[in-house]
Amino acid sequence: MSDHSTTYVPKSAFGKWFESRLPIAGLVHSSFIAFPVPRNLTYFWTFGAILVFMLVSQIVTGVFLAMYYTPNAALAFQSVEHIMRDVNYGWLIRYLHANGASMFFVAVYVHIFRNFYYGSYKAPREVLYILGVIIFLLMMATAFMGYVLPWGQMSFWGATVITNLFSAIPVVGETIVHYLWGGYSVGNPTLNRFFSLHYLLPFMIVGVVALHVWALHVPGQNNPTGIPIKSGKDAVPFTPYATIKDIFAVVVFMLFFAYWVFYMPNYLGHADNYIPANPAVTPSHIVPEWYFLPFYAILRAIPDKLGGVIAMGAAIVIWCFMPWLDTSKVRSTAYRPLYKQFFWIFVAVCITLGWLGSRPAEGWYVIASQICTAYYFAHFLIVLPVLGFVERPLPLPNSILESVMGVQKGGAGIPAGAASEPQTKG
Amino acid sequence: MMKRTLLIAAAVLGFSAPVFAAGGTAVPPQLKWSFQGPFGTFDRAQLQRGFKVYREVCASCHGLSYVTFRNLSQPGGPEFSEAQVKALAAEYKIQDGPNDAGDMFERPGRPADRFPSPFPNENAAASANGGKAPPDLSLMPKARTYERGFPWFITDVFRQYSENGADYLVALLTGYEEAPAGFQVPEGGHYNHYFPGNVIAMPKPLSDGQVEYPKNEAGQPQAPETVEQYARDVTAFLMWTAEPHLEARKRLGFQVMLFLLVLSGLLYFTKKKVWAKVGGEVEGHATPPMTHNP
Repeated sequence: MSDHSTTYVPKSAFGKWFESRLPIAGLVHSSFIAFPVPRNLTYFWTFGAILVFMLVSQIVTGVFLAMYYTPNAALAFQSVEHIMRDVNYGWLIRYLHANGASMFFVAVYVHIFRNFYYGSYKAPREVLYILGVIIFLLMMATAFMGYVLPWGQMSFWGATVITNLFSAIPVVGETIVHYLWGGYSVGNPTLNRFFSLHYLLPFMIVGVVALHVWALHVPGQNNPTGIPIKSGKDAVPFTPYATIKDIFAVVVFMLFFAYWVFYMPNYLGHADNYIPANPAVTPSHIVPEWYFLPFYAILRAIPDKLGGVIAMGAAIVIWCFMPWLDTSKVRSTAYRPLYKQFFWIFVAVCITLGWLGSRPAEGWYVIASQICTAYYFAHFLIVLPVLGFVERPLPLPNSILESVMGVQKGGAGIPAGAASEPQTKG
Repeated sequence: MMKRTLLIAAAVLGFSAPVFAAGGTAVPPQLKWSFQGPFGTFDRAQLQRGFKVYREVCASCHGLSYVTFRNLSQPGGPEFSEAQVKALAAEYKIQDGPNDAGDMFERPGRPADRFPSPFPNENAAASANGGKAPPDLSLMPKARTYERGFPWFITDVFRQYSENGADYLVALLTGYEEAPAGFQVPEGGHYNHYFPGNVIAMPKPLSDGQVEYPKNEAGQPQAPETVEQYARDVTAFLMWTAEPHLEARKRLGFQVMLFLLVLSGLLYFTKKKVWAKVGGEVEGHATPPMTHNP
């Protein structure tokens, strides 16, 4: 891939024989062992590894659930209860899978906002970044269809509301909706095709993740200074330095994950989904899972159905244009005093949108949603392009090493540990 | 400018939230439950009493269709003896078949059978109950909740408050009262302080002294025979039917948390030692000088 990939030398005769036919050991060596990693990465850079762990965890638990789950409208709810009650440790596998979806989104949001903060999306990482947006869209589709599978009330009505959105598309909308449903309303064919796709999409995610990692290994990782590796002193080899840090972070994340699974397994879900789906009874509030709430708020902020759907789609698609909308030459927000403030306002707006998405669409909530939606788009269309011209960034260090030496001085001569992230104490 | 507008908006929204929440139905009081918290377990005697309440009161209208008789003797539940469960199951008539002659037949229940539902189907249940079928109770405490609102939904995570459904059910069962003056209760409805909208189809199910509790050595019932106590006991029982592996989950959870805690500690020091070879871990970036030349 790049100039440091030739250091792997097979030791055994078999190793040489194999390497000359399939150089996979060399590929692994160059990508995950010798690969140079900026030495100043913070724990925000461990979320890539955490996301890989979550993806594997979801696939493994999902495969086991599929051995017992029945994708039939008359039997699905009952089969989930069978897993919860009669299958050995079925409750554990199911709670791991259901809460795992939420944990996956926790990790991906940290990953995305880390990328926003440190300008990781800027040249030369645009393709890497857009692949990430595609992974996020696939995750959303997978999570949505997974939530339909237990066939509870919120499954059914969530599926009804979200699939109906496609009917807003002019001309072909109705046809698309009928293909999604496999009939004239959400029913057994819908459940069957959602199950099929829910099993398919994670493997598509695996494929795009492979491209994402490949694209990462061309320019290498960004880092808190945003300036590239200039000499060997700026970097450490991936193994053991990044590996051990990633493993430690994954285990700490597992602690967080386990807390939900074992102590609050139903907190992140909805009580309504323990009521079997009933097409004749609409729940009083139809609310998506928490990780969709900001987008749901944007959808409902627009009084027009098609407009709402376009706004919701645009809210994610606009991410793809960030590398070109952001006109600043400086990557890391640590050196952008003005943008730093706008970044945190943007975070606050996203969280507020999430909360508004959980409220009924009435009164003050609608107006607040509209203000926040307007600001959300203004961040991309006004703040990012304008700030690059008006902001005066702070002087950048000459190298990562120079920046690191500064940190060491700040830490009274001892190598400072986690105490060196002033920019994250928000 | 934008920042200030948003701060004001956030403040207005934040403060108005509980008002909205309180504007609807009354908030159930939070009760003490033996199964709450990280080490919570069910109170066997309470589950057995609760089962008695279910059987003598609720079961005439409500099913318990995800629960089998044998579940009643499994560890982590009411833990009736296997002989008790066998005798109990035999009291029920279960439809089975078809037999060799092609006929359906009735036989006494066995521990592996599920609780038979009081009505043959949902339509029969609805027509016998004024048009609305009484819901199955197997999952009730997980299928009901009440609005927590900001900021309580955040503090709940740290308190591990997940008994919303149980608290709501006790409030509902004890919340029957006279409708306030001017409140029109429609035909076939009953006023309930805690039911959303205050009009519930189910008539007041419990009354004092209705269910006889087992006696202790002194000849006194082991718990008060009151509506309040019946409501708590039957709710605890239903919490178990909804989450039969709750005890196993919390027990395993503690072991997993402990293991991960020790493992993360070991990994932390391993990481420190590995990084020592390159002069220790240094993260982030130098704090940039806050002044720059014009």
